[in-house]
Amino acid sequence: MSPTEVLSEAFELGFTYTRSTGPVVGRFLTGLRDRRIEGVRASDGRVMVPPMEYDPDTAAALDDFVEVGQQGEIVSWCWVSEPRKAHPLQQPFAWAMIRLDGADVPMIHCVSAASEDQLATGARVQVRWAEETRGHIADIACFELAEVAQ
Amino acid sequence: MSDAREPVTGIEAPVYLQYQFTAGRAPSRFLSALKQGRLTGQRCPGCSQVYIPPRGACPACGIATEEEVTLSNKATVQSFTIVYIPIPGNPIKPPYIVANLVPDGANISFIHLLSECVNEEVHIGQRVEAVWKPEAEWDYKMDNILYYKPLEEPDVPVEMIGKLGVDGLEGKQS
Ligand SMILES: [Zn+2]
Repeated sequence: MSPTEVLSEAFELGFTYTRSTGPVVGRFLTGLRDRRIEGVRASDGRVMVPPMEYDPDTAAALDDFVEVGQQGEIVSWCWVSEPRKAHPLQQPFAWAMIRLDGADVPMIHCVSAASEDQLATGARVQVRWAEETRGHIADIACFELAEVAQ
Repeated sequence: MSDAREPVTGIEAPVYLQYQFTAGRAPSRFLSALKQGRLTGQRCPGCSQVYIPPRGACPACGIATEEEVTLSNKATVQSFTIVYIPIPGNPIKPPYIVANLVPDGANISFIHLLSECVNEEVHIGQRVEAVWKPEAEWDYKMDNILYYKPLEEPDVPVEMIGKLGVDGLEGKQS
């Protein structure tokens, strides 16, 4: 047995998935493309964003779509001080649960802010749309503090 | 998006995983031999099975395999499939054949392409031979072998597949 240099190289494994959205998520994404955010009203009256296909209590199909606001409040959040390449923002940002005006449940998205101490639970945030929308969750480029956005 | 008015029915959701792949000692030797145009396996000192590509240990006996064996460019079709469905990013145009091949001198098959053949005539037990790239293009890669092509040799009986020595059917059994 001869000693051999152990070989090593960069290797990328790619899964080039495409996903069918179904009618409800498809409608949500179609709305985002038009810079609108739509939820769906559940059997107990709550507005869920993003919309769900089936009622969480009765399992009945849901189709009472409701447009919600483009501002909301941070329900909880987590600061990402070292973003990774796959993250939506390359400077430090927060992942946040955001309850949009008119919605009863929070939705996860990212919040752009200059620093961690600008953020707080209860802070008002507002959508910043991507320059070009394409029917994707990233059509919402991020949320920003509502005061800053003005 | 051909028509901006069409509702969204699907999204692209690719996942890319970035690795630093380290081959390990036994596969590194295998790949180094490939770069020199040689196909090699390793023999288990316990059960005498010859493995390709070698992983450095016998999965049956759980002991290190150190004896390096140079294998033949000739192989036998153990099983195969005809691929009709295009795979995104794959430059090979269907239909083509992917086969489990046992090189003479080894006791286990690996997967490679079968070409220069009539797809409908490919069969289990068929004798095939490696077609290598030009030497200048050899790298630490299995695709130094472009594909395997049929040989004018008698078929190997099913019960003998995976049991030929490095000299093939005429030679001694391993
Ligand atoms: Zn063994």
